[in-house]
Amino acid sequence: MIELSDYLMLGGILFAISVAGIFINRKNLIVLLMCLELMLLAVNTNFVAFSHFLGDMGGQVFVFFILTVAAAEAAIGLAILVVLFRNRRTIDVEDLDALKG
Amino acid sequence: MENIYLTIVLAPLVGSIVAGFFGGRIGRAGAHWVTILGVGLSCLLSLYVVKGFVDGSLEVFDGAVYTWMVSGGIQFEIGFLVDKLTALMMAVVTFVSLMVHIYTIGYMADDEHNWPQGSLAGKNSYQRFFSYISLFTFSMLMLVMSNNFLQLFFGWEAVGLVSYLLIGFWSVRESAIFANLKAFLVNRVGDFGFILGIAAVAMYFHSLDYREVFALAPQLANVQIQVWGDSSWSLMTTIGVLLFIGAMGKSAQVPLHVWLPDSMEGPTPISALIHAATMVTAGIFMVARMSPLYELSETALSFIMVIGATTAFFMGLIGLVQNDIKRVVAYSTLSQLGYMITALGASAYAAGILHLMTHAFFKALLFLAAGSVIIAMHHDQDIRNMGGLRKYLPITWITFLLGSLALIGFPGFSGFFSKDAIIEAVYLSQVGGAGYASILLTLGVFVTALYSFRLYFLVFHGQERMDEHSRHHLHETPAVVWVPLVLLAIPSVFIGWLTVEAVLFGDWFKGVILVAPHHDVLAQMGAGYHGQAGFVLHGLLAPPFWLAMGGLALAWYIYMMKPTIADYLMVRFGTLYRILDGKYGFDQLNMALFAGGSRALGTLFWKTGDQRVIDGTLINGSAQGVGWMAERLRFIQTGYLYHYAIAMILGLVVLLTVFMTF
Amino acid sequence: MGFEKFLFYVLAATLIAAAGMVVTRRNPVHAVLFLVVAFVSSAMLWMLMEAEFLAISLVLVYVGAVLVLFLFVIMMLDVEIATLKAQFIRHLPLALVVGVIMLVEIFLVVGPGNFGGESFPNPGPQGPDYSNTRELGLLLYSTYLYPFEIAAVILLVAIVAAIRLTLRHRPDTKYLDPSKQVYVRKGPDRVQLIRVPPEPRRVPPAATAGVEDEE
Repeated sequence: MIELSDYLMLGGILFAISVAGIFINRKNLIVLLMCLELMLLAVNTNFVAFSHFLGDMGGQVFVFFILTVAAAEAAIGLAILVVLFRNRRTIDVEDLDALKG
Repeated sequence: MENIYLTIVLAPLVGSIVAGFFGGRIGRAGAHWVTILGVGLSCLLSLYVVKGFVDGSLEVFDGAVYTWMVSGGIQFEIGFLVDKLTALMMAVVTFVSLMVHIYTIGYMADDEHNWPQGSLAGKNSYQRFFSYISLFTFSMLMLVMSNNFLQLFFGWEAVGLVSYLLIGFWSVRESAIFANLKAFLVNRVGDFGFILGIAAVAMYFHSLDYREVFALAPQLANVQIQVWGDSSWSLMTTIGVLLFIGAMGKSAQVPLHVWLPDSMEGPTPISALIHAATMVTAGIFMVARMSPLYELSETALSFIMVIGATTAFFMGLIGLVQNDIKRVVAYSTLSQLGYMITALGASAYAAGILHLMTHAFFKALLFLAAGSVIIAMHHDQDIRNMGGLRKYLPITWITFLLGSLALIGFPGFSGFFSKDAIIEAVYLSQVGGAGYASILLTLGVFVTALYSFRLYFLVFHGQERMDEHSRHHLHETPAVVWVPLVLLAIPSVFIGWLTVEAVLFGDWFKGVILVAPHHDVLAQMGAGYHGQAGFVLHGLLAPPFWLAMGGLALAWYIYMMKPTIADYLMVRFGTLYRILDGKYGFDQLNMALFAGGSRALGTLFWKTGDQRVIDGTLINGSAQGVGWMAERLRFIQTGYLYHYAIAMILGLVVLLTVFMTF
Repeated sequence: MGFEKFLFYVLAATLIAAAGMVVTRRNPVHAVLFLVVAFVSSAMLWMLMEAEFLAISLVLVYVGAVLVLFLFVIMMLDVEIATLKAQFIRHLPLALVVGVIMLVEIFLVVGPGNFGGESFPNPGPQGPDYSNTRELGLLLYSTYLYPFEIAAVILLVAIVAAIRLTLRHRPDTKYLDPSKQVYVRKGPDRVQLIRVPPEPRRVPPAATAGVEDEE
């Protein structure tokens, strides 16, 4: 039978990959956003796994809300990205240094 | 009855408020009429209450009028406890206050001359003065009529406040401001002890109500508490001594007496009312009221007795060398307060209260008479510039003489009964320090007679030493001034004869003042008491009478027969004179040690604590530190988004590691 | 090894491979397509855990809407793909180090030692009359009603925000204002007859006489 730790480790791998992805992709803001989606997916997988193995529907409700918020986040993030590109003609993260102290 | 008691308390308050807030509108006559009516109403009702207690038609009243708050199971209430002790105090306070009110009309009549031209503070000062003394009457009544410690403390502080306001009444005078600040600060020291005592009561008795505390006291008689480190103290002694420290401040006992002589900077009517007759006796009243507590602590009684006797004798000595007419009377007040306190220490509470009452009358009389002299002398208070005033101020002269005779305890006069009772009670007392106190009090009688009649002879007899201009203007003071003198002279002479039997040996204070049987010196004296005449005859044979006569005779000899002797003695005993003239150096000690120490400490805090540590290091230092750090840290802020993201991820890794490891 | 376990490994392998492609592809369009693969295989894994409603909504909402949105955006922005991955190699070692550390630590925490079959046995399949959607719905509309409403508001805010962020008025764009249109009154606003005075024929200058003939 599939064990809880299998799912959790799968989530861990997914999370680690997306973290590495954030490190690697410094040129493209869109890929960074995709890495965030992957990260959320990893977390959601863990939630669903716990929900299943502990017999608690609360975990799935949580996933539901995370999906909602993630959709909103993606929409707004992409909107910001579009505006950004319209103004700066680039989505290269290394050009975005307006916060420099 | 409750309404009558409320009226007694509130009538002066109403007068005070009207005169204080609407003084400008109602004018001078309006101000003195409204306050005199208020106090007069109080006085009449108080006398009615006393009459009720005398003929037995009144019961003891003990009840709350208003509950202020309930906190931690302790009720904070305004309430009245009216028993025979309270009734007596009420009558004394309101009567003397009424006399002083009337007298003030004459004394303050030309108060404008005491203020600089166009002074704002001087505007309506007449009305303000009446407002203050009425407010004082209200506060003092609250103090004596309270049935709980909280209201006692309120009254205690309120009379202190009014005292402060009145000592500094002429606020344009440097010396008056200094004196009222001094009075306030010294009283704070005493009040600190007082409030600690009240806190101890609240802590161990869980109540501030007299009745409950007194009922519980015998059960806690042997309780030991840890005050400081491991040494254990008796609870009753601790409470007793702490409360008495408050009394020491208010009733000006050594070493907290230093403010009272300086309080003479205030106008004479309030010297008579507050700093002689009533407020300063609050400490005596308080200790007598707390007799169920004090009876449980021999140590506290002993402490009280030693302090009182020391004050009684040594402050009297200073009176010998003073040249300001009011200061002589002020030191006499200190000395007499010492007598009362000593009586309390000997458990002769009734004798202390009796002396409080007789003293209130004759000392108010002496002060008001001194004020009358001062008016006549156009505010010259130096007795070296007086002399021979007898023929110019006949009424003042005769009343002053009666007051002096009462003060030195001439047989038959009121002071005789109370003072003789105190001396004998202390002689019989078994409390530690009674021997010391007994000797000092007996010698004190001689000193009292000497300074009183030194003052009397220098002022009213002998050469006329004032200048020609003053002599030309000398005449008897107006009726509003001398009528109160006469009215006060009557009780000064007779009140002792009338009350001694009931108060000392009768059952006037039965159930009010509690005396343990082995302390009850008055009962021993009562065994040998056979009427007033017997008391007088007995007094004639006792040493105090002969000492008083000796003092009187010596004063007469020195100041009437051989005025040069005084100067000779002054030179011959130069050291002693300087010690007395320097008031034993209490003022210098206070100025150097406490005032100087506070200034040094304040400077230290200001220069080092505030300027260097707080301003320099903490405020400017932290700002500079932040600036310095920011100079360097701002380079960390690259502005690249992924740096922040990476920082977050690294933080996540670190957190994970921390959770893993620990 | 039962069929389920086999299915799990296949799906997990697909998921990990797709995720790896997502983060390493140069072309973002490819990355999105691999992300679709990852999401779909993930949805199937959820299905294995009997979270049917979430699995389906993941495919419908995420793959169907959000990822398509990603595609739109990528295609709308004409990003030069060549330069995007220029520094890819430079950051790879750091990414590997951090990723591996994190992976090891996560494994240490959630590995079979802590969450193995002994402590958390598989509850097994539910009965035939069990409805995941019903269970979820019951919870959502009772216990989590207020959070649910708030989630709805969040979505609304996201819509408003996204529109407001990207909306712009170009001066050269011509558009109709519907709010002004509804104010049009029947009488004079709809049809307006304008009398146009006949224009007097211009007398052409002599230089253009030849053009006139052509008319």
